[in-house]
Amino acid sequence: MRGALAILAKDLRIEWRTRESLASVFVLGVLLVIVLAVAHDPTSEAAPALVPAVMWVSFVFTGIVGIQRGFLLERENDCLAGLLSAPLDPADIYAGKLAANVVLLAVTQAVVVPLAGIFLHADLWPVLPGLLVVLLLGNVGFAALATLFGALAARTRARETLMPVLLLPLLVPLLIGAVQATQAVLAGGLGAAREAVAVLIAFDVIFAVAGWLLFAYVVRD
Amino acid sequence: MRRVLPPLVCVSMLAALWLVFMAVPTEREMGIVQRIFYFHVASAWVAFLGFFLVAGASVVYLWNGTRAADRLAEAAAEVGVLFCTLVLITGPIWARPVWGVWWTWDPRLTMTVILWAIYASYLMLRAFGGEDEAVRRYAAVLGIVGVLDIPLIRVSVRLLRGIHPSVITRNEGGSGLVDPWMRAGLGVSSLALLLLAAWLIALRTRTARLAEEVVALRREALARGGEAA
Repeated sequence: MRGALAILAKDLRIEWRTRESLASVFVLGVLLVIVLAVAHDPTSEAAPALVPAVMWVSFVFTGIVGIQRGFLLERENDCLAGLLSAPLDPADIYAGKLAANVVLLAVTQAVVVPLAGIFLHADLWPVLPGLLVVLLLGNVGFAALATLFGALAARTRARETLMPVLLLPLLVPLLIGAVQATQAVLAGGLGAAREAVAVLIAFDVIFAVAGWLLFAYVVRD
Repeated sequence: MRRVLPPLVCVSMLAALWLVFMAVPTEREMGIVQRIFYFHVASAWVAFLGFFLVAGASVVYLWNGTRAADRLAEAAAEVGVLFCTLVLITGPIWARPVWGVWWTWDPRLTMTVILWAIYASYLMLRAFGGEDEAVRRYAAVLGIVGVLDIPLIRVSVRLLRGIHPSVITRNEGGSGLVDPWMRAGLGVSSLALLLLAAWLIALRTRTARLAEEVVALRREALARGGEAA
């Protein structure tokens, strides 16, 4: 537990000093929302219906780039080897990295979500509590898988292309659940999306536990 | 295995072809195109079995590191993707005349194409990840995560709109396989494809083992050559 907190603090400190992932995530998030909105070219009546899809697709692609950036940093100067030689359980490394990625992804969401709302004329303030629940559930599930596969892909030969290729098909249930739950929240309330929220919770639990158990096999030398 | 499987595959495949094209009656509403169903559904079952075999072999490989388990996982993934591809080819051939479109985002179609993508990415990892022991471990991790994803995909795609017929599970009011010949056709064609898959997996694991032996021998020969010079 203390090991995980130390890794979280280390990752956040690196990020705060370089602001490299944050900057790229910010710009890419803005760009993706703009590109998706322009490509759809919706009428003002149809625009709010696009918010859930635009928001989550921008989030997923921005998140992949942000998390990949973090693991490629770890490759330089063999930092990961140093981490592994520290007296830490690999599961603690996973937990720390997961927490750091959740923070990074929350920043991504803080950029992408309001922008999607503004550009596509959806008033998000009144539904904020329900929306925050869905955003957090989607964030944790995405981070759970992306942390495992970011570490995995960073250590393969074709690392830049492999991470999105491996991650995207596995993320489809999360994407469906998150988009449907967000739609329900925008239409009135979380109550209508009980099944979608259940999918999100199951996704979070299953892959957080799987990542926690399997991470040792990914980083072991 | 290598002796028994080929004749079994031949016999069952001929029996399946005879049943599907000669014995089974033509479906009343869909007509002749419905006969593709016997291969479509059987391929889907075999593909699913292949994917679960990947996960099982992956668990064994992470557990004790036996190379045979790793080779089995790889062979099962290749054969699973092959049969999943057959499902995705035979489905649209049937859907075009019956539904009027090649593809729709129905739950079952969505699920099949996502599974295909997961295991195609598994083969990508195998092909482009590198050659060493680490990549075999990564593939095993992906094989396990992929099968954990299946129930989630199954539940989540139900949130989409659906039109796919469920012939086997829902059997009301004249739909479903009413004719005993139809049931025989599905049973025998499933058996034929299952045996074919087993044969392909046996051949594929053997090829992988031989390839590993060749690499080992070449390394040994190089080492000896180095000593001589």
